[in-house]
Amino acid sequence: MSSPSEKRPPSVGLFVTCLVDTIRPGIGFAAAQLLAQAGCEVDVPRQTCCGQPAFNSGDRITTRALAEQTIAAFETFDYVVVPSGSCAGMIKTHYPELFVGEPDWMPRVARFCAKVHELMAFLVDVRGLRAVAARYDGTVTYHDSCSGLRELGVHDQPRLLLQSVEGLELREMADADVCCGFGGTFCVKYPDISGAIVEKKAANVIASGADTLLAGDLGCLMNMAGKLQRMGREVAVRHVAEVLAGTGTAPAIGMARREGGT
Amino acid sequence: MSVHITSPAFKENAKKALADAPLQSALSKVGPGFIGRRTAAAGLLPEFDALRDSARDIKNHTLAHLDLYLERYETKVRAAGGHVHFAVDAAEARDIVTDICRRLGAKTVTKGKSMVSEEIGLNDHLAACGIEPVETDLGEYLIQIRGEAPSHIIAPAIHLNKDQVEADFRRVHAHLPPERNLSEPTALLAEARGELRQRFLQADVGITGANFLVAETGTSIIVTNEGNGDLTQTLPKAHIVLASLEKLVPTLEDVSQLLRVLARSATGQEMSVYTTFSTGPRRPEDVDGPGEYHVVILDNGRSGMLAGQLREMLRCIRCGACMNHCPVYHAVGGHAYGWVYPGPMGAVLTPSIIGIEKGANLPNASTFCGRCEEVCPVRIPLPKLMRHWREKEFERHLTPAPQRFGLGVWSFFARRGWLYRPATRLAMWGLSRLGWRAGRFSTLPLAGGWTRHRDFPAPEGDTFQAQWHARKAKRGQE
Repeated sequence: MSSPSEKRPPSVGLFVTCLVDTIRPGIGFAAAQLLAQAGCEVDVPRQTCCGQPAFNSGDRITTRALAEQTIAAFETFDYVVVPSGSCAGMIKTHYPELFVGEPDWMPRVARFCAKVHELMAFLVDVRGLRAVAARYDGTVTYHDSCSGLRELGVHDQPRLLLQSVEGLELREMADADVCCGFGGTFCVKYPDISGAIVEKKAANVIASGADTLLAGDLGCLMNMAGKLQRMGREVAVRHVAEVLAGTGTAPAIGMARREGGT
Repeated sequence: MSVHITSPAFKENAKKALADAPLQSALSKVGPGFIGRRTAAAGLLPEFDALRDSARDIKNHTLAHLDLYLERYETKVRAAGGHVHFAVDAAEARDIVTDICRRLGAKTVTKGKSMVSEEIGLNDHLAACGIEPVETDLGEYLIQIRGEAPSHIIAPAIHLNKDQVEADFRRVHAHLPPERNLSEPTALLAEARGELRQRFLQADVGITGANFLVAETGTSIIVTNEGNGDLTQTLPKAHIVLASLEKLVPTLEDVSQLLRVLARSATGQEMSVYTTFSTGPRRPEDVDGPGEYHVVILDNGRSGMLAGQLREMLRCIRCGACMNHCPVYHAVGGHAYGWVYPGPMGAVLTPSIIGIEKGANLPNASTFCGRCEEVCPVRIPLPKLMRHWREKEFERHLTPAPQRFGLGVWSFFARRGWLYRPATRLAMWGLSRLGWRAGRFSTLPLAGGWTRHRDFPAPEGDTFQAQWHARKAKRGQE
């Protein structure tokens, strides 16, 4: 939490990711709320995409253009926070690869990347948040998204915060750290393989007996929610930030909006 | 390349594999078995991760001075009375082997497990030359009698289940009493051992692979669990070692470090049952051993890798941990990859050997989950190297047209925020209206790949950015 000795709250540029921006803005608002609770001044500069789809498709030119665009838009903030391990990992660990051998860029990129954090890691490791004031009546299981886990070490932080949510029971599933089969463009390039992988993940979710599935990446969440719903399962799928921010009562991913909702 | 390549048909191969019930049943055991044993073995060794760093450094050092170590190795092998042959490609390697076999008048050749032998398509070539190859590793023996290729680099018959093996043994070992009981795996093992014993004694030449070639001593090393390699290399007139050039290691001290990570990463054993060191042919005072000792060192594209961005792949010690931990390998098995080396290591190595034109599917068929890199004993950044191939594919305009077009359209908008934001607002508004009632779509134009297997959530409505800035503007007015 921000200490009283700090002169001003740190400024955070929220990079919401293109999926959250378009598909589920509620995650962006939940992230902003959590950041405010952690004593940050949040703003949202104009943004598009971190460039990961281009990077993983071998299109270095587009990736580089999007990286420059993102750096220019966010480098004035004290921190850049991303509610996705995958996009945060793209920026923090892969942007430097795009500028190797360019002395004009490298120090600037290194300074920028040092400020970039995945949301859960930022709240716990940087801001020292240990608990949230939220309630969620349900049994939840948590999926560790690959990039957050392996590139950024996001594992304990979301679980720590979830434990402070009133009414919430965390029940681990088998193979929580195994890929859900999303893989960005992989799921549309190799739909049958992706479908087989997410089927195993869905089986583990169901076997856990949890009524809610949480994760920190909307891509993975959409993949798992879509599979569970195709199988006719009533598991509510949400981003972990929504539950921590206390907005876990909104319709879950892929569920119908309530009458009168907006 | 005499081995039939089906990598361009990876998608179709995968589809068949996913629908193959016995294969899926066999694959379901790969993950739990290998992963659990590796985790346990690594956990028992506090210095395991430090050893991985050391293993990486040993291999990096060797690759940086490979010319020196190759020369040293050759000198040492010669001094011990052996011969070293350098083969630029598969055809040269095959010719070297068949020339030796012909000179010795060989009729049958026993073989220990060797992926380089698979890479150069040796068995078919020997058979075409009238020399019968006999695989003596149990897994290799099983796939040989089935006319198949290995589906895993250390467990070549992992795609098979016991009932299939029993059926094959009854078909191939027709001279044995049909009423014999083969219900237990040990009975199958005993039968294979009995059948192979005679073949070991008959063989004129024995061919093995090599896990390491030691420059300091001119020694080749194999690690096995069955002991078949020892019989293969000591009984016949000649022992031929097939090895690719990255198997070089400077010293025995280095080998002892690499051995500590190899078996633990592969099978979760502390050490393989047999670790066999061979240096030169039989000496006058030896009680047994081959009369001739030959080492065929294969390049086949590797010196190109050494000079380029794929050098790190040459650290590979062929433990198989990457495929054991790969969700894609677990889903489709090794044969779907369509050539000799499957899984993440194959996805990097195969395009270097068969060309990116034929091998493009392999580095693309990865979710980049990173588990392969996480467990690699020599810390090869496999996702990064797969991405390197995707870049080569993209640069050379080999990316499939619809994919390239989709990427181009997306990129056009993503690079122009002033166009991207209104365009996404409009698209999301439309989709959210369409999906209002159900909350999701079970079919969606242009997203058939997604909706074939799962629903797609309807967007909430307006984009986050539009909502945020609207709220901010409102706050500003208050």
